Amino acid sequence: MREVAVIGIGKTAFGAFPDRDLRSLAVEAGQVCLADANVSPSQIEAFYLGNFAGPSFVGQNHLAPYIAGAIGIEHVPCTRFEAACASSGSAFFHAVSSVAAGIYDLVLVGGVEKMTSQSTPKVTEILAGAGDMMGEGRAGATFPALFAMIARRHMYQYGTTREQLAAVAVKNHANGAKNPLAHMRKVITMEQALNGKPISEPLTVYDCSLISDGAAAVLICPLERASEFTSKPAVIRGIAQTSDHVALDEKDDITTFRAVKEAAKRAYKMAGVTASDIQFAEVHDCFTIAEIVATEDLGFVQKGCGGPYAISGRTSLTGERPINTSGGLKSKGHPVGATGVAQICDVVQQIRGDAGERQVRRHDLGLAQNLGGSGATAVVTILGAA
Amino acid sequence: MTGTVYTETVVFAPPEQFAADAPYQLGIVELETGKRLTVRILGERVAIGDAVELAETRNQIPFFQKI
Repeated sequence: MREVAVIGIGKTAFGAFPDRDLRSLAVEAGQVCLADANVSPSQIEAFYLGNFAGPSFVGQNHLAPYIAGAIGIEHVPCTRFEAACASSGSAFFHAVSSVAAGIYDLVLVGGVEKMTSQSTPKVTEILAGAGDMMGEGRAGATFPALFAMIARRHMYQYGTTREQLAAVAVKNHANGAKNPLAHMRKVITMEQALNGKPISEPLTVYDCSLISDGAAAVLICPLERASEFTSKPAVIRGIAQTSDHVALDEKDDITTFRAVKEAAKRAYKMAGVTASDIQFAEVHDCFTIAEIVATEDLGFVQKGCGGPYAISGRTSLTGERPINTSGGLKSKGHPVGATGVAQICDVVQQIRGDAGERQVRRHDLGLAQNLGGSGATAVVTILGAA
Repeated sequence: MTGTVYTETVVFAPPEQFAADAPYQLGIVELETGKRLTVRILGERVAIGDAVELAETRNQIPFFQKI
């Protein structure tokens, strides 16, 4: 297997853009990415796209060639991957696998979602389709409800508090306020976070990620060719995708995501590192409780200690291991199909030392964790400086 | 059918088709067989550990209530 590097990154701003359609967002991210590596569309050998629900959100199917054609990528395999909120993480995993296997050299991976053209109740209904519609979905479980039930159980088993959940939102908003591409560039206080409008008890609006429009893209190639395109390649040291039951009520212990634990184990093994070696991370904070659980599942802290860790300051921009320096899904925004690739862009930006006022001190080894549904798909990627 | 509340939440922001029901309590109930079921809660609010029983089934949705 060949080593694979990220040689180009490109993102649109995340936000609510009534004047932008899905394709124009994806095309913009792709073009920014290609320009970043000084590569022309005609050099691309395959296009992998992550998108959760374009057909439901905007009524468009057959998205991969639809977007590729508009970028100028022609006559190559163009395929859409759907794995709920891990759609583009999954597209990235499969793209990396194909380059590592020697099938292609230059592959563009995109992710896009256009969500804000639908009302919030309709978005809630479409997102619920990432769960089990014959069981939990039929009973009226929304995604906030599923993660609220995870939070309740985590609080019950480990004493996790509302303040610890809110601390995740406060930190991520502080980071996102410094990110020019973030959806909600607003610092919030602990008091605000605790007194938000209830969405699904115990979660308030400040515990929930945003409904966003946006796109992201990365360009990958074999490490041995990376110097043709960039002086700052980011090397994929380890990567794994794993699965678990879709329905939350089929999981033995809902306070942990087995798919994340397993993906992390495999990615650490492939990279030859342990959790303690990871200097910074972008984790899937679709809800504040999800960041707390992620820090446990990734092995940054012991099981049950994610709450105290979240409020300790150790994960802040100047802490020992900064988490979600982009603002995370909470503040940067969560156009679900774009999130996995956007996380890779954010980690690569840190590795390059290009994160401006959000730049972390130690940036040789970073991790991205992308989650689909209530833990049915997980992708963990470890990236390092060349 | 009886069981114990494994976890629960009260939904304030429902999907479109349940807009008229909100706010409503939803829970995962662990049945005596060990199997878990996602259900709606009828009547009095319940907490983790409470004993509950099936009250009725509407549109294939099981509604449980506190015993």
